Amino acid sequence: MSETREITLPSLIESVDEAAQTAEDFAKSRGFSEDLISSVDLAIRESVANAVKHGNKFDKTKNVEVKFADVSDGLEITVRDHGTGFAVDDIPDPTNPENLLKSNGRGILFMNSFMDEVNWENHPDGGMVVKMLKRR
Amino acid sequence: MSDITITERQAGDVTILDLNGKVTIGEGSVALRTTIRRLLGEGKNKILLNLGSVGYIDSSGIGELVSSFTAVNKEGGTLKLLNLTQKIQDLLAITKLLTVFDVFEDEGEALASYN
Repeated sequence: MSETREITLPSLIESVDEAAQTAEDFAKSRGFSEDLISSVDLAIRESVANAVKHGNKFDKTKNVEVKFADVSDGLEITVRDHGTGFAVDDIPDPTNPENLLKSNGRGILFMNSFMDEVNWENHPDGGMVVKMLKRR
Repeated sequence: MSDITITERQAGDVTILDLNGKVTIGEGSVALRTTIRRLLGEGKNKILLNLGSVGYIDSSGIGELVSSFTAVNKEGGTLKLLNLTQKIQDLLAITKLLTVFDVFEDEGEALASYN
């Protein structure tokens, strides 16, 4: 079994489930623990949902690319969209009292909560790339 | 197949919604929103969400709980939560929403709190 797996998904809500299932299959095939798989599940769902909804804005001509890698530290997941990008620091903190009753903006908080490392960068050819690591 | 089923029960003037399935981006969140709007349209604004059989919720689902809460408040009503799973409790703690919602483990206590 390969140490990496890459999938390309359409900008559909259904891609969230597909990415999560692929993450689980890959993690199991590489012998990662159930606890790790459970933590990764929500993070992969949130990252792909972000890419489909906020990145690609459901544009059917744009895909979401997801890469899973079994690295020495743990499970690394990279999600790339083809949107206009954004500055992560500009996203309001959803736990600030003035933001508590907003209906969105909690996905990145969940990714940060359930993964050990989350790094965002603008891809040189456009779009956002989020790279996440869950240590084994 | 639907991601979620929502069963409605009436206990006095409190409407209990038993949610079973996933409250996630897409169908699950929309189903909850539609049900809450319908209840408010019917003048039912005391609502208890039973989340004991919600197997999965994401940030979109949490957002829908918040939207439901504010929509019901706006109509002068009250929305409370019943039977949080450990996972939902964790997510509400992370988002600091446990301070916003009234949460109950016992249906009788929850119903009594509306009076």
